[in-house]
Amino acid sequence: MYQFNYHSPKNIEEALNIYNTCEEPKFLAGGMTLIASMKQRLIAPSDLIDLRTISNLSEISLNNNIIRIGSLCSHDKISNNDIIKSNIVNMSKLASGIGDPAVRNMGTIGGSIANSDPAADWPAAVLALNSNIVTNNREINNKEVFTNMFETCLEENEIITEINFEIPEFFNYIKFPNPASRYAIVGVAIAKYENKVSVAISGASHTPFIAKELSEALTMNFSDNIPLNTISSDELNEDIHASSEYRANLIDVLTKKVLKTY
Amino acid sequence: MHEVSIQITVNDKIIEKNIMPNVLLIDFLREELKLTGSHVGCDTSQCGACMVFYDETAIKACSILVAQLNGKKISTIENLEKDGVLHPMQEAFRNNHGLQCGFCTPGMIISAISLVKKNNNPDESTIRKHLEGNLCRCTGYQNIVKSIEEGANKMRELGDI
Repeated sequence: MYQFNYHSPKNIEEALNIYNTCEEPKFLAGGMTLIASMKQRLIAPSDLIDLRTISNLSEISLNNNIIRIGSLCSHDKISNNDIIKSNIVNMSKLASGIGDPAVRNMGTIGGSIANSDPAADWPAAVLALNSNIVTNNREINNKEVFTNMFETCLEENEIITEINFEIPEFFNYIKFPNPASRYAIVGVAIAKYENKVSVAISGASHTPFIAKELSEALTMNFSDNIPLNTISSDELNEDIHASSEYRANLIDVLTKKVLKTY
Repeated sequence: MHEVSIQITVNDKIIEKNIMPNVLLIDFLREELKLTGSHVGCDTSQCGACMVFYDETAIKACSILVAQLNGKKISTIENLEKDGVLHPMQEAFRNNHGLQCGFCTPGMIISAISLVKKNNNPDESTIRKHLEGNLCRCTGYQNIVKSIEEGANKMRELGDI
């Protein structure tokens, strides 16, 4: 790992001030991707600004129909939290399926969203559920966050502070995990509200995305009698783990699997 | 690049040091403190041979910087045996031949104890699922699972949970 400076700010303001004075800084959350990438010398920030030293970013609360999750909440904390278990139980299951126990102890929801790994699990939940990403200076609509592979619409010196999820009538996420990494080869998240259903896909493309036709069909008729092959394999990833045709088929298979849990 | 000054408690001993920010916990433990019980298997946070306790939770020491642990407590495999008496989980691994080469064992034991602290009566499938982040290339896991079942029973009997 290359050399860098390390900072431990007490609050968001201090973190932003440090950021603005550094050459090539990076914010550090759980570090489960960032530190691994630095070890491999894929990235070499001049400064790491540790957000875990900021105290009020790891709360979980319920207000009316909205669950607010602090960005620095670990996957483990989310998977064991009573508010989440009693309102969106399958979200706690999503959290408990990420990586392995030691990764879940360190990795955070905000870090996962900011990293925008197309095969990560949280982005699918963010897209499917009615949700907002709250940062130090604005609220971002869930549909605008993920712009490309490992890219978001976040500005350089913007920090996610919390994620707001509206409690749905139904939510579930099922992935076909890579057996080694547990990243999704394909993952399907479905959220049902009174008059809208959203189907979000992870792992299949260069960025998580909403399956439009499936979402529309399920909004009209919420049953597992879904239209098949609505997503062309031309748009999907192809690698040593799965061909694009296989991924296209997995989308239908997993969508049905999720619907069977309704 | 500037050193950071840290205070970290390792195995109940308070250590104050100036350290370069790019030092990983595993390297600090092994090279600096000569605590070589925690191993480097893969160095890519897959294998779990480097697992240590960060307070009560198990983390991979290859994937965290010492600088991130200022004011925190770390406990390693070396801290489990007390006055010549093995921890019940260590004893269970010995009784059940829960290791062959032993390279993954420190991580396996830390991981197993962290499981039992959360769930004091884990069944076989819970144990196997929990071991996702711990790779063993020798045993085929059978005896590791047996060891953890016995270790959990012993820890429960002793009220060590």
